[in-house]
Amino acid sequence: MLSRRAEFWGGVRAQLPILLGTMPFGMIYGIAATNAGLPVEVALGMSLIVFAGSSQFVAAELFAGGTPGAIIVLTTFVVNLRHMLYSASLAPYLRHLGRAWKYLLAFLLTDEAYAVSITHYEANATAPARGTARHWYTLGAGITLWVTWQISTAAGVLLGAQVPPSWGLDFTLALTFIALLVPTLKDRPTVLAALVAGIAALAGRGLPYNLGLIVAVLAGIAAGVGAERAGWAAPCGAPASPAERTP
Amino acid sequence: MTTWLTILGMVAVTYSVRLSVIALLGDAALSPAVRCALRYVPPAALSAIVFPAVFMPGSSLDLSPGNTHLVAGAVAAVVAWRARSTVLSIAVGMIALWVLGT
Repeated sequence: MLSRRAEFWGGVRAQLPILLGTMPFGMIYGIAATNAGLPVEVALGMSLIVFAGSSQFVAAELFAGGTPGAIIVLTTFVVNLRHMLYSASLAPYLRHLGRAWKYLLAFLLTDEAYAVSITHYEANATAPARGTARHWYTLGAGITLWVTWQISTAAGVLLGAQVPPSWGLDFTLALTFIALLVPTLKDRPTVLAALVAGIAALAGRGLPYNLGLIVAVLAGIAAGVGAERAGWAAPCGAPASPAERTP
Repeated sequence: MTTWLTILGMVAVTYSVRLSVIALLGDAALSPAVRCALRYVPPAALSAIVFPAVFMPGSSLDLSPGNTHLVAGAVAAVVAWRARSTVLSIAVGMIALWVLGT
């Protein structure tokens, strides 16, 4: 069993290669938010307390377009709904922890921190979770990402106006999402969910306040569930999580 | 002031989604049907953001080979699929966009 310190630094090290993608992403968010006319403290404040890159990008665009706050909050909810999947996936491994730990780790639960944590937990699932220092791994990964996100956002805000729009740096957001999207296409229902959501997003582009995004996500989920029920893939049961297996 | 209220709203929804199963509901509370439907959230949410950026870089649909965003996006998708590397995929996609744009 590894010590707290070894687990913490293990999480930090696992996060390092991912930072190569996070740093430009954070900088581009800072640049995009500044170019959209967001005040510096708002751009930085979102990174500090919302800490969810993709929804921050979308929100910056909506703020710039004068969208009502309720629509921005609703859009944020839909864009970040995928974190519920991460929450459900990590919960069995964190069940034994106290409230403070759960609230801390949930705040740090991003796509990147989830990805390295679940890999680490599943690789060590044979030992019972209670009594280990494994959660320190998620803390290390999460803090590393949070600090990097603040620094790169601030760098982007500082650079802001000096980067000409002709460089097309805002396209790195789409590229980052393409790189995250491709591995989620595991079978025919997930491909269909992506296609339906994508086409619905194109069709709904004219809707006010980017509402097409919300409609598109819901349509994609419905299509995926429908395809699964129609037998396009093995039905998703509720497989016992590794943490629940008796040794 | 309203901007900060909106941001606090964003914090509230984002944090409650992350807390949901870990601390609020408990992991037995989520029905298998909901758990399965959640599986489709990442592909749906990501492609709902990607499609307009790639297929509609202006204000209208552009499926022509002259759409540099579409070609660069397709190149990035192939790299992501074959190399499984976020960094490489972003880098190759940006280089493709710059090369095609000049």
